[in-house]
Amino acid sequence: MAKKESTLKNMLIALFVITVVSGGVLGFVYNLTKPAILQADANKNLAAINEVLKGNAEIASTEVKVIDDLTYNLAYSADGQFIGAAIKTFSMNGFGGKVELMVGVLENGNINKVSVLSQAETPGLGANMTNAKFIGQFDGKNPANYNLKVKKDGGDVDAITAATISSRAVTEAVKKATDGFNANKSQFMKGGNNE
Amino acid sequence: MSNWKTFTKGLLKENPTLVLLLGCCPTLATTTSAINGMSMGLATTFVLIMSNLSISLLKNFIPDKVRIPCFIVVIASFVTVVQLVMQAYVPAIYETLGLFIPLIVVNCIVLGRAEAFASKNPVWPSILDGAGMGLGFTLALTFLGSVREILGSGSIFNWRFLPEDANTILIFVLAPGAFIALGYLIAVVNKVKKSRTSK
Repeated sequence: MAKKESTLKNMLIALFVITVVSGGVLGFVYNLTKPAILQADANKNLAAINEVLKGNAEIASTEVKVIDDLTYNLAYSADGQFIGAAIKTFSMNGFGGKVELMVGVLENGNINKVSVLSQAETPGLGANMTNAKFIGQFDGKNPANYNLKVKKDGGDVDAITAATISSRAVTEAVKKATDGFNANKSQFMKGGNNE
Repeated sequence: MSNWKTFTKGLLKENPTLVLLLGCCPTLATTTSAINGMSMGLATTFVLIMSNLSISLLKNFIPDKVRIPCFIVVIASFVTVVQLVMQAYVPAIYETLGLFIPLIVVNCIVLGRAEAFASKNPVWPSILDGAGMGLGFTLALTFLGSVREILGSGSIFNWRFLPEDANTILIFVLAPGAFIALGYLIAVVNKVKKSRTSK
């Protein structure tokens, strides 16, 4: 087959055919991978919920509530007792933009555990926020007697060396979660104890 | 040129990263660890082979004046396929590489090979050319990633040989370290190439 001349007709046909075929192939692959992508996202979310609420009563059922811009994954035990909430929270003030956390807050307001969902901080500095040394310091703290601010700003949180901005972002996100939890706590109880 | 030579020229003689210095953006940005560099290399290799294959098949169908848009559409489609597949089956790697996967579309290696090789050669050599170039890219990125991970994080392929709080040479996982490591790597490769030709 000889090379096609660059006439308007030939160019239109070539471009049209190529874009249509590409579009078709992409639609096909999209549908093929869609369930797996949703599954992967769900698994990650579930793993994070279990991770930040572990060490407490077994989670029998969960419920998702979105209040303001935070997502509350409420966990209940088999007899309907409210165990705590895994709160998906974020801060836009990281050094590399958005920092997303999952914060486990127990029924009594204690922070159970914090895990980092996504961050784009500097590797080796701000990215060290995932180390237990930093992120573990929130475990078991209650914001009622623990000032959620980095020490430089007069709070109780030890910042990561040379990464105060990242530390502030994490602290801000945690504070957002606990504040939201305390403000909306009454909605989380279900069953006999509150009504 | 024999098929074997078509394949191997991408590994050292015309290595896209170390000799042609194409695709520096992903090279510098994604090689913070060996595994990241390797994944990026493999994703690019897949796109290279598939786009070389389809463009050499389509080369007589595509009129000259619209060849670049056609190539880009073909390349972008394969990149999106890679992106969706990675998101579905290797979400962890997909997240670390993030933005750099869609950016394979504008990786000059891919378009460069389509324009310089696949649009002028039959199918089989084009596949070999894509595979060779991709492999060369992958090897260079994996090696660069390993060097940076060893010096910067004290680990290799996520296997730590230094304790977590050891003092490593942090700068190697940061952007300047990428330039420094790449510079030394190119120097070594040039030295090797020189000693080969003088023999």
